Amino acid sequence: MDYFIELFFSGLTRGSIYALIALGYTMVYGIIGLINFAHGEIYMIGAFTALVVSVALSIYNFPLVAIFVLTLAAAAVWAAAYGYTIEKLAYKPLRHAPRLSPLISAIGMSIFLQNYVLLAQTPDFLPFPALIPDFAFMEPVSHIVGSSDLAILVTTAIIMVFLILFIKFTRTGKAMRATAQDRTMAMLVGINVNRVISVTFVIGSALAAVGGVLIASHVGQINFFIGFIAGIKAFTAAVLGGIGSIPGAVLGSFILGLTESFATGYISSDYEDVFAFSLLVLILIFRPAGLLGKSTTEKV
Amino acid sequence: MKLTGVPASLFSALLLTFALQTASVAGTIKIGVAGAHSGDLASYGLPTVKAVELVVNDLNAGGGINGNPIELLIEDDVCKPEVATNTATKLVSQGAHVVIGHICSGATKAALPIYKDAGILVISPSATNPALTQSGDYPNFYRTIASDDAQARTEVDFAINVLGARKIAVIHDKGDYGKGLAEYAKTFIQQSGTAEVVLYEGVTPGAVDYSAVVQKIKRSGADAVIFGGYHPEASKIVTRMRKKKMKTLFISDDGVKDDTFIKVAGKYAEGVYATGPTDVTSNPITIAAREAHIKAYGKEPGAFFDNAYAAALAITNAIARAGSTDSAAIARILTTQEVATPFGNIRFDDRGDAIGIGFSVYQVRDGKYVQVR
Repeated sequence: MDYFIELFFSGLTRGSIYALIALGYTMVYGIIGLINFAHGEIYMIGAFTALVVSVALSIYNFPLVAIFVLTLAAAAVWAAAYGYTIEKLAYKPLRHAPRLSPLISAIGMSIFLQNYVLLAQTPDFLPFPALIPDFAFMEPVSHIVGSSDLAILVTTAIIMVFLILFIKFTRTGKAMRATAQDRTMAMLVGINVNRVISVTFVIGSALAAVGGVLIASHVGQINFFIGFIAGIKAFTAAVLGGIGSIPGAVLGSFILGLTESFATGYISSDYEDVFAFSLLVLILIFRPAGLLGKSTTEKV
Repeated sequence: MKLTGVPASLFSALLLTFALQTASVAGTIKIGVAGAHSGDLASYGLPTVKAVELVVNDLNAGGGINGNPIELLIEDDVCKPEVATNTATKLVSQGAHVVIGHICSGATKAALPIYKDAGILVISPSATNPALTQSGDYPNFYRTIASDDAQARTEVDFAINVLGARKIAVIHDKGDYGKGLAEYAKTFIQQSGTAEVVLYEGVTPGAVDYSAVVQKIKRSGADAVIFGGYHPEASKIVTRMRKKKMKTLFISDDGVKDDTFIKVAGKYAEGVYATGPTDVTSNPITIAAREAHIKAYGKEPGAFFDNAYAAALAITNAIARAGSTDSAAIARILTTQEVATPFGNIRFDDRGDAIGIGFSVYQVRDGKYVQVR
């Protein structure tokens, strides 16, 4: 039973890591129907920004809490700036092009950003400081669930709730939903669609950066390539839960994380990915729109 | 061009006389040097040519071997098995007495039967495929590099005999290098009879979190982990193990014997064992060879330079002591008498592997790798 609980928590940790990234994926897809493949790279850039800022701050002997907050803020702002710029440069000019064009543009952006960081920074792995300290109250259960695991879990939950409230009740959130439903109609009623899309990218990128900071602190190392695998897994999770749906992304991430963890624990980690993707195929056969996705009929 | 029966045999007869003529030039000792000298793997082959040239130029300046000058026959195989057979045939027809090469295992394997039939002794500075010596198919083959499984052998011996591990978990990263090593380690543990493999698993490189696998290691009751792979995964696994307060020993390979591992894993790296090539930088022959290379070519030597230097020294020394270029006589010296090389004094075992060239075990102590055995 202990073993089961341990595997369960390791699955939850994995799931919440995926969820932090998947939230940004699903938001962007929900609004403009674009799979933003550069999202994983924004996550990576967030982590690199955090590394630079936190190392600089620790030289000046800031207290750990201050370092954590300032690093998080700096990473979110910097990554948001990247997200905003990428949208303006790589996606906006293709807004009326066939769907495949922005997708290719996104893949290109992803490759560009990876190599840009490779050249501008380093191809090596870099140690990432533990920004989340080992809490004293977690000590008795630290063999099952660590402090950083808990921090990631709680952050994911808070962000999800805030996002849902934001989209449901704020003016911008309503504009986002309207844009998602019918872009032309939204324009006709006076919504600045370009602004809405920019806001979406800014929020999505800031979330990815928050994910980058927490996950890098949990893992303890970063390099230019971390965004790729994390991005692929988060994308899978978003599709599993129903891409475009925010609770769906979180649910999909947890299911993916738990499947991988139990498959590793009870069968073999050699087949971890096989189980994860078999599950994806199965769910898509029975629910093509994903678990919580709305199946919309295309009007001709 | 199409050769009909009669002219073809005439042609080969001519070739034969030509070959006999060149072979009969009095006293010249011909050493073939074969390997990748062009193409994308040239950087593996060219340092060997330079190493052999340095050794041979030195000897020739002193009057050659027992008064006989040495001639080098340098042939390119581009690291391709299908080219290597042609290279070998060419060297045989040019009358090479011994061959230093080839560089790549695949090319070496393809060329060896041709040399074997011609009775030519071959010594490779870099072909690491275990079967080349262990299969017993090529009694004419020697090498001055440890075979691929030597590292796993060192790890398992150390874990069982020095650390006293009885239950060992073998983990790898599913890659060619890591999985290959893990498979050898698993076989050696099973053959040992004193220890058992309690877990054999591959992990996905680059995954965000390895806690499930770490739980599994914990449940298996392993007292040591042997990991085949590189440092990014190793540091994630070790960190997770130590954070879960597991004291399980961690033993890995030269993919982990990298300062980045210590930098990334930080305090959790302490006590980790890793095997790596024995450090030879303080050996006077190594230093002299390096300086000679810099003087002659104006830059640092490249891959397998030390191994090739050792091969050239071993083979020329054996010819000198045997007083002949006869393969059996050379082989007798190689396996019975020690020779001073960049790796210290070495000789060869009956299978053709060098005794004295291999791996050492290092441990992380106070943020540095220290040789422990």
